Amino acid sequence: MRVLVAMSGGVDSSVAAALLADRFGPDCVEGATLKLWGGDSDSGCCSVADVDDARRVADQLGLVHHVFNFAAVFEERVVSPYVRGHAEGRTPNPCVECNRHLKFDRLLERATDLGFDAVATGHHARRAEGPDGRLRLCRGVDPDKDQSYVLAMLGQGQLARTLFPVGEMTKAEVRADAARRGLRTAHKPDSQDVCFIRSDEGRSGFLGARLPLHPGRLVDHRTGEDLGAVEAVELVTVGQRRGMGHSGDGRRRFVTAVDVRSRRVAIGPPEAAWTPAVELHTVTWVDTDPTAAGGPRRGRPGVGLTAQCSAHGRPAPAVVRRSRQGLTVTFESPQRRVAPGQTVALYHPLHPDEVVGSGIAR
Amino acid sequence: MGTPRILQREVGVGGLMAQPGPVVAAGTGPVRAYLDHAATTPMHPLAVEAMLPYLAGVFGNPSGGHLESRRARRAVDDARQHVATSFGADLGDVVFTSGGTESDNLAVVGGWEARVGRALPGHRPPALVCAAMEHHAVLATCRALARRTGAELREIGTGEDGLIDLDALADACTPDVGLVSVMAVNNEIGTVQPLDAVSAVVRAGAPDALLHTDAVQAVPWLETAPLTARADLVSISAHKFGGPKGVGALVVAPGVGVRPLFHGGGQERERRSGTHNVPGIVALSAALAVAESSRPATVARVSALRDRLGDGILGSVPGTVETGGREHRVAGSLHLRFTGVEAEALVILLDRAGLSVSAGAACSSGAVEVSHVLTSMGLPADEAAGGIRMSLGATTSDDEVDLALAVVPGAVGQLRD
Repeated sequence: MRVLVAMSGGVDSSVAAALLADRFGPDCVEGATLKLWGGDSDSGCCSVADVDDARRVADQLGLVHHVFNFAAVFEERVVSPYVRGHAEGRTPNPCVECNRHLKFDRLLERATDLGFDAVATGHHARRAEGPDGRLRLCRGVDPDKDQSYVLAMLGQGQLARTLFPVGEMTKAEVRADAARRGLRTAHKPDSQDVCFIRSDEGRSGFLGARLPLHPGRLVDHRTGEDLGAVEAVELVTVGQRRGMGHSGDGRRRFVTAVDVRSRRVAIGPPEAAWTPAVELHTVTWVDTDPTAAGGPRRGRPGVGLTAQCSAHGRPAPAVVRRSRQGLTVTFESPQRRVAPGQTVALYHPLHPDEVVGSGIAR
Repeated sequence: MGTPRILQREVGVGGLMAQPGPVVAAGTGPVRAYLDHAATTPMHPLAVEAMLPYLAGVFGNPSGGHLESRRARRAVDDARQHVATSFGADLGDVVFTSGGTESDNLAVVGGWEARVGRALPGHRPPALVCAAMEHHAVLATCRALARRTGAELREIGTGEDGLIDLDALADACTPDVGLVSVMAVNNEIGTVQPLDAVSAVVRAGAPDALLHTDAVQAVPWLETAPLTARADLVSISAHKFGGPKGVGALVVAPGVGVRPLFHGGGQERERRSGTHNVPGIVALSAALAVAESSRPATVARVSALRDRLGDGILGSVPGTVETGGREHRVAGSLHLRFTGVEAEALVILLDRAGLSVSAGAACSSGAVEVSHVLTSMGLPADEAAGGIRMSLGATTSDDEVDLALAVVPGAVGQLRD
């Protein structure tokens, strides 16, 4: 078994590399750091300092280390769609798209070209083989660090060539293991937020440099009454509360819809921010489609699953049905509106750790 | 893949000793072929031998009056005299530096700044002209200088043959130009630039301009005196011709001023402060002596090896394109593009198979960048990402070429499957 481990320069992938070197021997494991972003960053996985960390850990473990320049694909598949999404009133999840197009597509392909049998990452998730030989994707054991949400788009083909060595460990155990081995990344802070956006510029600074931002009007979600101005409609997200003020009766107001073209942001009271259902496109399944043949058809009762609508959102029981253009997720009880572009991860109703599939909110 | 074993053999001036580096005796370890001499080449044993007495024995600081200083000073000046003679220059024309990058920076910034003094008050600072294919030591320096000072920078594109576009250069060389930088030999594709014509164009159109040439890749292959005859400033770096890393020189034409980058003790006639790297300077001179005396034989031998390598790969690997014309190339250089193959992956497979080559430019993180040299020739980014540089050197053997010929088809085939 030859494994290529993606090393971001963080503690999780450092320990992942160490565990693989223990298991397969350092001659069968090589490390690769992806250079994804050509611009400035402060928390990203692509700064020279992070590459140095990854390389020094690989040196310590006796692993060959590479740097792959995937900046062009990253720009095309992650950064551009992120910017375009905001221009069109959507809020894409760049980590999901990076996993979909970079780590579990471009990197897998590169690894296969180079004769590796699998790619490993430091994600907090677990891959398990069922008695039927099918592969399952499960939450990492550390509930605070679980990253199954951003991996929910993986399928059998990808899982067959993927390893998550630290998924069985809590973050504290990962750090303790790194410290025990004397890895330089043992106490490195966790990366935060979007890797290609610097904390001092923020999302608005980043998007403002790449998009024309337009002032817009806040309007009542039902009556259309003008309630004030907003600086840039492109920076407003469905569900957002900050900056929306209070209604006459002192209750907070939430964004219920963003229409970039007419530059109108609909807002309403808390109950207006709830929705009974969400429509998904770009639907993926870890294994077979539970709504397919044998399962319920349109008009039949749906499949009961649990939906998680953000990286650390609370899973909500829902019924899932095929729709003309994807999937309709009907919540058992109303949930916060899901911003268009966000990923919804679907979990097994009886095995709450097991990912079943994913989709992107329309 | 069947990899032929490489036997240890005698090379070098007078068969002094076997070269260190890529060659390994049969059965003693991994067998490799090193074809990245344009990145760096092993030190010649005579250069190693020359520097050893100056590491611990003759340790003095040349800037002093006592015996230890005088001995060190003597060694530095002997080296300086030798470098000057080789370049057809005089003792005072040679400024020792920390290498090619510093020489390039000193030439571009120091040369340009010396020209600024001539501009009339209120006028724009003198313009900069450089080839778009320049090494980043020149290109990034010109860009930074232009950004910092508001000077205009004109970058001149490259033809399909890998040579600077002389018509565009002529258009850019106007009387307001203060400095022109055109490399002698390109570091990625190995093309020898037409410095005769460049010099004529510059002198005709921009009579006030200094002409700098980055000759870092030229020394093993080309006569050096003609470089100085055409350019006012010539940069060299010792580790490209059998000397140690961390030492180089800038040869400055008589009467040409350069403002210093480093301020301090005023060494090198106030042009480059800092205690001399005495062992490095001595070894640079020794390596230059070897490179010069063996140059005709090395060029003949290595160009035959290079042609065998290039023709062999072009004949055995379909979809291979050679960049630029071979007739404009230094003897050690071969640049190939394999259609549909990413250089970044190919370098890794070749490395595994025992062949060290390079994929164009690498950034500070170690990632392979799209080559600005290839894009300056008008190649699209996907083709510019597919270039492989194989560079041979004075120590390259027949067996190394055999190994390369044996492993390249398989590696390219694996990536195309």
